[in-house]
Amino acid sequence: MSHEHKLAIFRGTLKFKSNTQKIWGVLIFLSIVTTVEVALGITKPEILVANTFIGMKLLNWIFIILTLVKAYYIAWDFMHLRDEKSSLRRAIVWTPIFLVSYLIFILLFEADYIYNVFKDGYIQWNF
Amino acid sequence: MDSTISTGAEEESVWGGGNQPLGASYGKLMMWFFIVSDALTFSGFLASYGFSRFKFIETWPIADEVFTHVPFIHGNFPMYYVAFMTFILIMSSVTMVLAVDAGHRMMKNRVILYMFLTIIGGAIFVGSQAWEWATFIKGDYGALETKGGRILQFVKADTGERAALADFAEQIETERVTQQKNVGIWYSDETSLPSYSLEEVTQGFLTNPNILIRTETINEEGEKTLLTREESLAKIKDASLVVEGANLVRNEYGSRLFADFFFFITGFHGFHVFSGVVINVIIFFNIILGTYERRGHYEMVEKVGLYWHFVDLVWVFVFTFFYLV
Repeated sequence: MSHEHKLAIFRGTLKFKSNTQKIWGVLIFLSIVTTVEVALGITKPEILVANTFIGMKLLNWIFIILTLVKAYYIAWDFMHLRDEKSSLRRAIVWTPIFLVSYLIFILLFEADYIYNVFKDGYIQWNF
Repeated sequence: MDSTISTGAEEESVWGGGNQPLGASYGKLMMWFFIVSDALTFSGFLASYGFSRFKFIETWPIADEVFTHVPFIHGNFPMYYVAFMTFILIMSSVTMVLAVDAGHRMMKNRVILYMFLTIIGGAIFVGSQAWEWATFIKGDYGALETKGGRILQFVKADTGERAALADFAEQIETERVTQQKNVGIWYSDETSLPSYSLEEVTQGFLTNPNILIRTETINEEGEKTLLTREESLAKIKDASLVVEGANLVRNEYGSRLFADFFFFITGFHGFHVFSGVVINVIIFFNIILGTYERRGHYEMVEKVGLYWHFVDLVWVFVFTFFYLV
């Protein structure tokens, strides 16, 4: 087994000298992202709450994007996906992404339909 | 990356076994298969959470108002403790990678130290989650449930703060006691009665003009709708039950599904963390016994490491979709 590590993150803009250093670097980055998330969650800036994009608040979009960023660095650096063969990486990453996107699409559309039935249909549920 | 040029020797072993087209050992590959399938299970849970939430998008509880406690400290601290838990889990993920890294370099004592720290981090997280559950089940303000199964909460009109049932309910002497198994017919019993009866809460509400009702409906500012005193007086006639805390049937925070998903998703994740800690402990003792030193490599640490990081990864999503969004 070979244990070569790719030591650059952010598409090569940040290079580390050793694997240990890279781990601490990624930890700092993840901590910053989490702090930003919590700070936004507590302050809830007016401008991000008032504006929406495709029916969802900008704040929630930011949360979801930052979550995916965090997930990327956990999988790539902590789970060593960066050092695996690209065929293995693709098999692991794209399978769930494809299935989960489909599931989310189906379920959320259906839920929105039911919401409208509850709202506009002749159903009394909030009493 | 390993070479893509195939040599004669490799070609021979294609049918004889020993070929690794993905460059990963059998055990590691199986761990990845398991992780992918488990990721799909969790995605199913979170997507169904999204389904229920979109269904009741206008009445869903606001997480900031539910998870406001920090152990040993009184006051209103939304999110702080969950953020701390997230940080603990990320931290234990880091010690895990450091253990794997030390394992690659065959430094046994370092692996022992880092595995130990990882186990401690996992234990703190599971403990925190148990505390979080206990607080959630106990509840803090108490609420009324209407005939339609919706929740009515109470707010003090002058300060705008939430009012607990104990703040305004009146004491009325009644004969009503908890039904025990040994009395009455058919050996039926019931769960313990709430601290206040519906009558006491209603009476206290009528005599206390400072108390307003807050409904589940979220208004345009993203806050729960506060009724005026007149509307509140009309609304309290719909009440049928006193609800304190949370269980699988009803909860004082709002939509019933909210507590169900909370118990189910964080419970399933907590179970994963717990089993992760158990597996880590087993590996920890194996390292101390020198099993991997004799085997010549620490791949086992890497494999449990993958599982441990996966648990962290899932928490990142649970944290976002349950507490933040």
